[in-house]
Amino acid sequence: MSESTNPIRAARSPLKTIVIDACLTAFVVLILAIPFIGLKSDSVGTSLQLVTRWPLMFAVIGAMVAGRVLLNLWRMRPSAAPSAKGGKGVGATLSAWGGSHIKMIGVVAFVAAVALPFMPFSNRYVVDIATTFLIYVMLGWGLNIVVGLAGLLDLGYVAFYAVGAYTYALIATQLGWSFWLCLPLAGLFAAMFGIMLGFPVLRLRGDYLAIVTLGFGEIIRIVLTNWVDFTKGPDGISGIPRPSFFGAVFSRSAPEGVTTFADLFGIAYSSQHRVIFLYFLILALAGVTNLFTLRMRRLPTGRAWEALREDEIACRSLGINPTNVKLSAFALGAMFAGFAGAFFSTRQGFVSPESFTFIESAIILAIVVLGGMGSQTGVVLAVFALVILPEWFREFEQYRMFLFGAAMVLIMVLKPTGVMGHREPTIRLHPPGKPGEQPEVVQ
Amino acid sequence: MLKIEGVHTFYGKIEALKGVDVNINAGEIVTLIGANGAGKSTLLMTVFGKPQARSGRVLFEGQDITRVPAHEIVRLGIAQSPEGRRIFARMTVYENLQMGCLPTDGSHFEDDVRMVFDLFPRLEERRNQRGGTLSGGEQQMLAIGRALMSRPRLLLLDEPSLGLAPLVVRQIFEIIKKINEAGVTVFLVEQNAFHALKLAHRGYVMVNGNITLSGTGRELLDNPEIRAAYLEGGH
Repeated sequence: MSESTNPIRAARSPLKTIVIDACLTAFVVLILAIPFIGLKSDSVGTSLQLVTRWPLMFAVIGAMVAGRVLLNLWRMRPSAAPSAKGGKGVGATLSAWGGSHIKMIGVVAFVAAVALPFMPFSNRYVVDIATTFLIYVMLGWGLNIVVGLAGLLDLGYVAFYAVGAYTYALIATQLGWSFWLCLPLAGLFAAMFGIMLGFPVLRLRGDYLAIVTLGFGEIIRIVLTNWVDFTKGPDGISGIPRPSFFGAVFSRSAPEGVTTFADLFGIAYSSQHRVIFLYFLILALAGVTNLFTLRMRRLPTGRAWEALREDEIACRSLGINPTNVKLSAFALGAMFAGFAGAFFSTRQGFVSPESFTFIESAIILAIVVLGGMGSQTGVVLAVFALVILPEWFREFEQYRMFLFGAAMVLIMVLKPTGVMGHREPTIRLHPPGKPGEQPEVVQ
Repeated sequence: MLKIEGVHTFYGKIEALKGVDVNINAGEIVTLIGANGAGKSTLLMTVFGKPQARSGRVLFEGQDITRVPAHEIVRLGIAQSPEGRRIFARMTVYENLQMGCLPTDGSHFEDDVRMVFDLFPRLEERRNQRGGTLSGGEQQMLAIGRALMSRPRLLLLDEPSLGLAPLVVRQIFEIIKKINEAGVTVFLVEQNAFHALKLAHRGYVMVNGNITLSGTGRELLDNPEIRAAYLEGGH
């Protein structure tokens, strides 16, 4: 894709470019399609038999080539010219509009989120999906601090999520402490691990940093798997207590001295209550994450994160200590993953290392990158595309991952810097000519 | 004001500065000229503590700052406009200036922004514009303006003329003169020897990590060796 922006190629006649590109596509797809589609092994009786599917293979190649030609034609349409240079194009209007109405959209979304569980259509399934949605939003916002704002590429973010989850799971099952006591502890432990990871990687940037963080994520997972005495290894920890509502438990009947939630409010017991309570809990946690990040962006520390992403040398010459800035980004990003982890384990009632594999890190990173690095709204949209759409398309089973991939490709073609890849200034001044007015603060 | 005494700086095993002595008095514009790779930028960066000098001393107003970490030096009253400008491309002009006042307590931020906008009216016109969308000259103005936001007594400028049109270079140098007249001591590292020497009170010439010549700007401009090596070639 990058070739098409190459001036030498762009100077060729469009037809020639399209033909060459189509041939190239056909060739690449052919190589991939022979083993994946052309040949298939079927078990006949007890033996394996090699079946060929050449017509299907050529149909796939044809479809790919057609798609590629259409993509090129679309790119070369006359109005596409500015989009190659300034990033202004189809999606720019979306983010420009989103930018100017960001506050209103935020309020509307929040009200909708609060109202969701009381809507006539919302059953247990809807609220459950919404909860999953919010977990990923929260993780995305947390990672946004590290990757989006501070520019530190972290491929092992799920490690902190795991630390938070296991902190709550272990303390709750071993010591019997309540969720509300463990929640800050989970954040604290995760932040400590964030600093632990931060120290050795202070000097690393870009690809090298990504490799080390990837390794760190794997170390945590492998320790959790193999330290059987402490973590019960691959069996995981089950029977993790559910949170209570200021001491009122969510069950039909409660032991002596404990009230149930239903009794407290004098309503009939419903198993739905806990699901809704968990939903509001994660909504509050995610809300705190968002408000915190928005505030941070306007404080010197948050500004220093963004400055560090732009230029480390300039930061140093302005008296910013890169060590502190990086460590604070790692610690705070990890802290929110820790909170989310504690929530995850209390919601599931069960944790095992299986929930914290690399693919989780990859998805969270994809959420941040596709959303547009540093954009809070972008994260929400990206979670929608990456977590909710596959859930909705569950009926399509076989084509789920195909749609997932297509969505990713589409976003990268239409908006290479992410859905909301347009950094909003934290402060905007009125243009000169309207003197004497106070700076207007935008979110 | 700034005294550099016998400074040796290394990159690994490579000795970039081989015992450099430079002295800058308060109120002066001092320039350091030399060819590519002579060690000019290294000297400026050594003053700022990254990389640190392996031997020798850097004294600022009598205080030894050789081992002070880079991010604390700016708090002592030295500011740097680094080579290649290094403004924050995705932040607005205004936000870039805000970054510059981080080392201070921020109480005179409004006054300082006014001062920078008075020096560079172009920046005021573009204050909500992203740094990366400015022209090269405007970016250089922003880099200098950002450095001034910490209210330095000594301003280090690393190649402010780099990649700029001759007309813009002249503008920048005039502003450097204004800044100096307002009481800021300036240490200017330049390849554009002609302009730099014309502006500076005194100058040093660096060749391969050694200071080979020094004198007033006028003397160096008239020196036939300097003329041959640095001035006759288009300037």
